[in-house]
Amino acid sequence: MQPSKGRPRGSGAGQESWVESLDAHDPFPAEEAGHLRYDDPWYDALASGWGESAGAGVPAPAVVPSARREGETRAAPAEVYLEVQRSAAFQEVRRRYRRFVVPSFVAFFAWYLGYVVAATTAPELMARPVAGAVNVAMAAGLGQFLTTFLLTWAYARHARLRRDRAALELRWDTQELTRGATGGVS
Amino acid sequence: MTGEHQTLALLLFSAFVAVTLAITTWVSRKRRGSAEEFYAGGRLFSPMENGFALAGDYMSAASFLGVTGLIALFGYDGLLYVVGFLVAWLVVLFLVAELVRNCGRFTLADVVAARMRERPVRIAAGTSSVTVSVLYLVAQMVGAGSLVALLLGGTSEGARAWTVIGVGALMVIYVSLGGMRATTWIQIVKAVLLLGGTIALTALVLMRFHGDLDRLLLTAAERSGHGEAFLAPGLKYGGDWTARFDFISLGLALVLGTAGLPHILSRFYTVPTARAARRSVVWAVGLIGGFYLMTIVLGFGAAAIVGPDAVRGSNAAGNTAVPLLALDLGGGAGSTGGTVLLAIVAAVAFATILAVVAGITLASSASVAHDLYASLRRRGGKPRSEVAVARVAAVGVGVVAIALGLLARDLNVAFLVGLAFAVAASANLPVLLYSLFWRGFTTRGAVWAVYGGLVPAVVLVVLSPVVSGSPDSLFPGVDLQYFPLQNPGLVSIPLGFLAGWLGTVTASEVPDEAKHAETEVRSLTGAGAA
Repeated sequence: MQPSKGRPRGSGAGQESWVESLDAHDPFPAEEAGHLRYDDPWYDALASGWGESAGAGVPAPAVVPSARREGETRAAPAEVYLEVQRSAAFQEVRRRYRRFVVPSFVAFFAWYLGYVVAATTAPELMARPVAGAVNVAMAAGLGQFLTTFLLTWAYARHARLRRDRAALELRWDTQELTRGATGGVS
Repeated sequence: MTGEHQTLALLLFSAFVAVTLAITTWVSRKRRGSAEEFYAGGRLFSPMENGFALAGDYMSAASFLGVTGLIALFGYDGLLYVVGFLVAWLVVLFLVAELVRNCGRFTLADVVAARMRERPVRIAAGTSSVTVSVLYLVAQMVGAGSLVALLLGGTSEGARAWTVIGVGALMVIYVSLGGMRATTWIQIVKAVLLLGGTIALTALVLMRFHGDLDRLLLTAAERSGHGEAFLAPGLKYGGDWTARFDFISLGLALVLGTAGLPHILSRFYTVPTARAARRSVVWAVGLIGGFYLMTIVLGFGAAAIVGPDAVRGSNAAGNTAVPLLALDLGGGAGSTGGTVLLAIVAAVAFATILAVVAGITLASSASVAHDLYASLRRRGGKPRSEVAVARVAAVGVGVVAIALGLLARDLNVAFLVGLAFAVAASANLPVLLYSLFWRGFTTRGAVWAVYGGLVPAVVLVVLSPVVSGSPDSLFPGVDLQYFPLQNPGLVSIPLGFLAGWLGTVTASEVPDEAKHAETEVRSLTGAGAA
């Protein structure tokens, strides 16, 4: 396995240089993973972790295998994508994405539909007082705001800790492979 | 409402126009004329900038004036309406933002066309995108005209017509000269102004009630004449079952439609990576959520301080609730504080409309030039620069919007915003989700999904009470009403998904595994992203 550090990076946008610092073949100590910064101009302090302690997330690259294998430098671009799609690394990223998105989508969509249906069909239930001027309807409405904020935060955190690094590796590997396939700039 | 605040409002508004025109000139001075520059602003905006721009694109005058008015008049049912606008962003965040950023270049059709036969898919997705944009645009243009009449009081027909023409001309200038970069900066300036104005008013309302929200709600309920019922659902959408289903239909359209709005989707291309797209949505959710929470306070504040009767007396739909509230908070009619606050609210509302129409015009000119023109132009004809076509398209869209805005200026077009969301949810969302997530999706499925959502949505509206058969209709004299609901979403959204499925299972075409692999890998990793 050739280390990817020394190779020139021709394609990709200007911001891609952080890949240099992210060699997945060196296993990261778990404590460092939470604090690791991407050298991405948009990846400011907010991105790297308010609220999560050192061991909060299992470091993704340590778990996710690389898509790249030796001797695979020549293939048509279509085959490259099929190859990557079949790779364990990609399937792991996809599985993580779906395992978060599907249940939470179902949950908030059901919660919203339930709220709207209850508000239109069962106003008596919704009018029941809770505390002071606040009734069930008011609490549920503010609850919708709260769950939206919470799920937004949870999704962003999950993506940042569990998907981003593995996806970045895959992006680089795939671009490298397609560039090899087309024999030039991908 | 007196002459003083009119002068001040016009002054503030002229300042906004001057600033935005300066931005446009400054941006166009350095332009290189590439498509990347025109449609996507060079893709180098930061997540925070794009988050503000997303919020600016999304918070229309309809939310600022319309929703607060709705709350002031009907209490809780206005809040019910607002919730859908925010929850919709979870659909955008989870299913659309990052994947679209990774797969597409400038428009929704890019994402679909990457997997399918390009021409039919582009024509279909381009058509539905332009339809959504024009519906939304006309609602905003007519709104601008009415706003002048409302805020500047007793304005003649002529002034309203000139407002529509002026707004149209300005948006064409912003878009055709400044492209995405100018439009984005205008959105940011507008979002800051709108949020600033809203924060100031909210703070004043809360100060009036010494921070006691409970008392604010109770005063509003008492003043409304409905008592406790004002704080519970049912005053507006709780009538017969038709009204209830109508609201469920609207709620569904709001939540699913946002993820299909072309001017929202095109914003994700202005940032460099999918991560940046995600973070701009996080910003947008924060800003939009905060904004809507404040509109709730303003709505109940208007009910408590101004009173629903005064609001209704000024404008039956409640659109003047916030201006009246501002006048009262500043010290009442004739006082300096009242005059200044009212002028600020009026200027912010104008700025809001102007920025929103610019965003929509840009998105629709991109659909016309990048999707429709590129697919429909005669082969062998001399290919023009796509950006030149897009600039012309922006002028064309502007002319159409002005014409429709003038024609419809006396009609009640409030339903158009709900309709635009319904069309986006029925025609754009199914094809987008199927393309991103369904391995077996085919070209025929894609085309059917678009038309199978678009056609029912439009036809059902034509057959609905908003067009004919009731006293509030566009054409009260005719009776074509066969469909009871005002919003078609409840029927047309499932039809869009059904049509896409049907088209796919009946197609003889074998889905291209490699193309699907490419879409899936690119969407989740960003490989080869523009």
